[in-house]
Amino acid sequence: MMKTVYQKSKGLTDAELHYCPGCTHGIIHKLVAESLEELGLIGTSVGIAPVGCSVFAYNYFACDMQEAAHGRAPAVATGIKRTHPELTVFTYQGDGDLAAIGTAEIVHAAMRGEKITTVFVNNAIYGMTGGQMAPTTLVGQRATTAPFGRQKEHYGSPIRMCELLSTIDGTAYAERVTVTDVPNIVKAKKAIKKAFTLQQQGAGFTFVEVLSTCPTNWGLSPLKAIDWLKANMIPYFPLGVYADRTEEAR
Amino acid sequence: MAAKVTFDRDRCKGCELCVSACPRHIVAIDESGTNRKGYHPATVTNMELCTGCASCARICPDSIITVYREVN
Repeated sequence: MMKTVYQKSKGLTDAELHYCPGCTHGIIHKLVAESLEELGLIGTSVGIAPVGCSVFAYNYFACDMQEAAHGRAPAVATGIKRTHPELTVFTYQGDGDLAAIGTAEIVHAAMRGEKITTVFVNNAIYGMTGGQMAPTTLVGQRATTAPFGRQKEHYGSPIRMCELLSTIDGTAYAERVTVTDVPNIVKAKKAIKKAFTLQQQGAGFTFVEVLSTCPTNWGLSPLKAIDWLKANMIPYFPLGVYADRTEEAR
Repeated sequence: MAAKVTFDRDRCKGCELCVSACPRHIVAIDESGTNRKGYHPATVTNMELCTGCASCARICPDSIITVYREVN
């Protein structure tokens, strides 16, 4: 008898994703959805959608969703979590949303130790608006607003959010993962699941940064974009656990 | 046949991530046709070799792959 061993998560709706071919947002959506499904949280969680390519996340997750103004997802999540502490509340944000216009919101949500989870998708560029330079764009990386590549003397070095947030006591857990291949996808899911589990246990702010590709705005095929991520992003944004202030880690 | 995979052909965007993930090298892009979206979709060339490892399904950004395995 044939048994189903893998199928689309019930944490996702039937809507077709609007993302470009090979964009790893779809993989990250799936990991969040599978984590919610496996932890039995689909009916008791609320996600906050950002502004950026993943703005339509509210159409894709099967749990309750709320849209927020650009960068303000952690502030909206704070309100929802404090009003409904029994719910699992998460934000799903890109680097233009979280590391630029929303820097204050994410830093202060972490400082307050808000019991929410943030899934931060870092693809080193502004996707939806057409490939402009982001705070996470690598030095030398081309963008429509940096046609000769990001110049350090003008724009500084890219911001490392996982490292920054890990210095804040309110951050219970911060890990950086990627989804370039199956072993990394398995690790990324473990990190997201751990973040949701810690939130349920009442730990403070939990943060998972996922290095992601943007084939369209990087001007590469999906497979070449994965190679580019491995060769350029991982050396600057090393993978690993940056903060673990949970009881068991002490 | 110990295992099989099915693709929701019309939802495939032909990104080839599944092609790169298959350890048996049996996933390929079907260039003989296009789907509803206008892409050449992914397909399996030799289902007999499929082990049901689900690597293709795990990496598929559009969650269009379902994996079945024989159980006794």
